[in-house]
Amino acid sequence: MTTQSTNSDFYFSSARELRTKFDQREISSVEATRSMLERISTLEPSLNSYITVTGERALKDAEAADQRLQGTGQEPTPLTGVPIMVKDNFSTKDVETTAASNILKGYIPPYDGTAVSLLKEAGAVILGKGNLDEFAMGSSNESSAFGPVHNPWDVKRVPGGSSGGAAAAVAAGECFMGFGSDTGGSIRQPASLCGVVGMKPTYGLVSRFGLLAFGSSLDQIGPLTRSVADCADALNIISSHDRRDSTSVAAPFTDFAQDINADVAGMKIGVPKEYLVDGIERGVRSAFETSLKTLEDLGAEIIEISLPLTDHALAVYYIIAPSEASANLSRYDGVKYGLGSLDNSTSAQATEAARGKGFGDEVKRRILLGTYALSAGYYDAYYKKAQQVRTLIRREFTDAFLKFDALVTPTSPTTAFKIGEKIDDPFQMYMNDVCTIPVNIAGLPSISVPGGMSDGLPVGLQFIGPQFGDTAVIRVAAAYERATDWHQNHPLI
Amino acid sequence: MDPLTPKDVEHIAQLAYIKLSDEESENMRVHLSNILGHFASLSIVDTDGVEATGHTTDLNTVMRKDEVQSPLDQEDVLRNAPDRDGEFVRVRPVLE
Repeated sequence: MTTQSTNSDFYFSSARELRTKFDQREISSVEATRSMLERISTLEPSLNSYITVTGERALKDAEAADQRLQGTGQEPTPLTGVPIMVKDNFSTKDVETTAASNILKGYIPPYDGTAVSLLKEAGAVILGKGNLDEFAMGSSNESSAFGPVHNPWDVKRVPGGSSGGAAAAVAAGECFMGFGSDTGGSIRQPASLCGVVGMKPTYGLVSRFGLLAFGSSLDQIGPLTRSVADCADALNIISSHDRRDSTSVAAPFTDFAQDINADVAGMKIGVPKEYLVDGIERGVRSAFETSLKTLEDLGAEIIEISLPLTDHALAVYYIIAPSEASANLSRYDGVKYGLGSLDNSTSAQATEAARGKGFGDEVKRRILLGTYALSAGYYDAYYKKAQQVRTLIRREFTDAFLKFDALVTPTSPTTAFKIGEKIDDPFQMYMNDVCTIPVNIAGLPSISVPGGMSDGLPVGLQFIGPQFGDTAVIRVAAAYERATDWHQNHPLI
Repeated sequence: MDPLTPKDVEHIAQLAYIKLSDEESENMRVHLSNILGHFASLSIVDTDGVEATGHTTDLNTVMRKDEVQSPLDQEDVLRNAPDRDGEFVRVRPVLE
């Protein structure tokens, strides 16, 4: 079911459309921001996508953006004046940053992360901080200490995770663009379940400085948008070399949108058969098959391939990510910031008590899993083994990209599931990321675009490119978007 | 692999500085054993002589100039401490 009324057309405009309206003086950034803030207060009781709304700041930033759009001061950018949301694991100076965890409630960062600084410099208007699974650990947004986010397509269902707040807000018209982080699918899977575009660029292209760390070798920041073009514009703003992140690399191209208008005729696109797992829903499979036909009609060559190590990706990921998390989250000791425990006799007891109280179940589970995998006697069997298989998975992708320009898969084996349906079985929950995880292991660029509907719920289509092949991924995704109208479907909310 | 014992969980929780209730410990034991069981499949992959991948940028020991920069504002940093005394963060005694 979709809605196309005039009013909602505005809420569902792409950022590029909004910018055109700014340029044509149809609306100002202050007006757009005010209208977003009203919509947020109307919808939040049923969606819960935001943890913090910074209305006053946003209106002030919008005023400054309007000045800039009128030609005073710096040259405007594609994001100047555009109301956006950033996930609440992005460090924002003077604005509470919680990572949806009780252990960080009340924490006011003394600095902006690099992505946030770049967005502010570009003149984007930050409306607030997006809800997420606690410390970005989850695929349903149910592990947030601030309550679950509800999917705007059906509020009884999850929006996916961990960037569930951003995906729901973009889908519902509570912001024009969201920014999330993707460690094993946390941008692409919720984008898929909410029917929006979400991209994880090549690892290293966006600085992780100021992103509350989960799995440092896998974490990558990226946009959630209503169009592929918006996605490319957003990446042009946030991607840059940053010496504060030792894994930061400069892109070997200057414009993420450089090939966005090129067609895909003659491109070789591989379909790795291992991604069409047994647990895949019928509706997802049939939407995927229709999408393959669309790509063929556009002149792409679609060829089935085999990536046998895919079957091991989930195990590799759920060893490496929790191991890195157990080290990263050791900083939350309740001493310098966050939840403290003041009524204990020793420092060690205070730390144990603060962490026992401050972390939720899933975060504790992953810290313990990682601690176990790194502990004496198990390191070689788990952590080292996983890192070795990681090398092989990476090689398998590298070999595939000698023959193919891109790969295409479903983003998630299912559409949005019911809140509470999988929460009691952690492993079942981990299976949601089976199609997105291999990409993070290999550090590749990947985008999810709206690719069909199944029983009234959105289905996502995932494109994967070679390392630094971000422009190729955007090219295929944009061609698919031009040939279909799935991205124009909006929830009736 | 064998399921974890309550003692294993206690040991890991201690290493991770996380206080667990008895009920939580038992829950963790069950779930972690189940998850670790799924990882056993990795042992069939031949990794003899394969180097480990830490991350995928292939960068090693990135250097930068050691330049003086302005520090964070002291009050901005200290305002977050759960317990403080003037310019100091207060902690519990390290030894009993």
